[in-house]
Amino acid sequence: MEYYLQLLINGLVVGGIYSLVALGFVIIYKATQVVNFAQGELVMVGAYVCFSLTVQFNIPFVWAFLLTLGFSVLLGLLVERLALRPLIGESIISVIMVTIGLSSILRSLVQVFWGTQIKVYPQVLPVEPVVIAGLPVAPVYLAAFVLSALLFGIFSLFFKYSRLGIAMRATAFDQQAAQSMGIGIRNIFAMSWCIACVVSAVGGVILGNINGINSQLGYLGLKVFPAVILGGLDSLLGAALGGLIIGVLENLCDGLAKEFLGLSGVREVAAFVVLVVILMIKPYGLFGTEEIERV
Amino acid sequence: MTHVLKLENLEVVYNDVVLVLKGLSLAAAEGRITALLGANGAGKSTTLKAISGLLESEDGEVTAGSVLYRGRPVQGLPPERVVRMGVFQVMEGRRIFEDLSVEENLRCGAFVSPRAEYAANLDKVYGYFPRLKERRGQLAGYMSGGEQQMLAIGRAIMAKPKLLLLDEPSLGLAPLLVEEIFEIVQMINQKEGVTVLLVEQNARAALNVAEHGYIMENGRIVMEGPARDLLQNPDIQEFYLGMGHAGAKKSYREVKHYRRRKRWLG
Repeated sequence: MEYYLQLLINGLVVGGIYSLVALGFVIIYKATQVVNFAQGELVMVGAYVCFSLTVQFNIPFVWAFLLTLGFSVLLGLLVERLALRPLIGESIISVIMVTIGLSSILRSLVQVFWGTQIKVYPQVLPVEPVVIAGLPVAPVYLAAFVLSALLFGIFSLFFKYSRLGIAMRATAFDQQAAQSMGIGIRNIFAMSWCIACVVSAVGGVILGNINGINSQLGYLGLKVFPAVILGGLDSLLGAALGGLIIGVLENLCDGLAKEFLGLSGVREVAAFVVLVVILMIKPYGLFGTEEIERV
Repeated sequence: MTHVLKLENLEVVYNDVVLVLKGLSLAAAEGRITALLGANGAGKSTTLKAISGLLESEDGEVTAGSVLYRGRPVQGLPPERVVRMGVFQVMEGRRIFEDLSVEENLRCGAFVSPRAEYAANLDKVYGYFPRLKERRGQLAGYMSGGEQQMLAIGRAIMAKPKLLLLDEPSLGLAPLLVEEIFEIVQMINQKEGVTVLLVEQNARAALNVAEHGYIMENGRIVMEGPARDLLQNPDIQEFYLGMGHAGAKKSYREVKHYRRRKRWLG
């Protein structure tokens, strides 16, 4: 029994990270209708930058973390300005190709600067497990979960109540109409990339603290697709739940397959099986916007 | 009488090749309603977009002439700058944000106006359109066409514009609703002192509320004058108001005959 509970907790933590990365993905999609295939690479870059700052430059972790967030904002601005802005008004497929190109560039840059070896983060939080409901949980897991939940809360409020958040949703629905209200859509685009970079970097740093980092980290982005499609491409709540569900499912499936069938590696495919099933029965996802049709 | 807006010999080209406006000139008098009438494809919407800056996202460009707003050239400025100067376009087809609530739509309209004025402006909009207040929390996409048009105009009021560009507010609405909308446009014009440039296909409704009118064909102004005179003009009655020469309803059999008698060059 304890084995399964442990699987569940692992799943929730990994799922929390998926949710964060999915959040970045959904924000970009919501505001700019761009499907960002480079989301996983943004996670990786954030993780490596924070690693560099703490280990190579010996900056205390908290400061390094804040600096990483600052760097992510700049990265977001840069990516939007150089790669995405020239494509405003171009077809969806061109934009998608550009984000795929962007993902290769970012991945290669990371390999150029840091090599392909696994890097281990310094120990930031105590190793002593905290006991929750009779189960030992590593503090870093707990921190990961709380941090994800916190960011979700903040962004949900932002999109519901702030003028800028509402303007971002309006831009997502109809760019030209948004422009006619005086909403500068270029600023909105830049801003959504900044937010996406920041949340991804947070995800990357958490992951680094748990598992260490290597140049394969970018493929995490692929896992985020089942999460966002399960939740609905344009729903924040969907991203949160989608991420958690995928995280838990893949851990449980993996554990079960190991236990009863002696199979390993089920973790890698479980999420995609879910993806296919969801697309068949609920193509808008659990919380996605269906087209409004007045009759 | 001062002119808030002046277009001088405006030329607009789409996609670098299609010449849509061919030297168009018009002016809108301060605090009045000016109507711009014309058939489909005459270039009415293009004219408004050339003023508001929304041409840029459609690959359109002002290639000659000028748009003067209070004497300052605004052609080629990005739309958000133009809106901040007090020019607000209500686009054709209402273009409300369907998956936002009514009140969120209104907040978008208030994007450029000071936060301190938000509550007062919101009350004003709900005063003009009590039905929007009833439905404030509802998703805008589920409202009827008339309510959506009210919302579109309400969004404009939230921005407190000095010059309001209205693109076919009567589009797709039942006659009674058209009347209601035009009454409200008139009220906004009088109470708020907003200058209105009204683009319409419904010529009678537009000329009834407007002070001055322009008739547009093929990218040019072909006739202008006080709205009263235009309503009496036999050609206008013929081609835009659907009346025969004597002011009687005409039969479609005779349309071809009258076509040849159009007195201006298209």
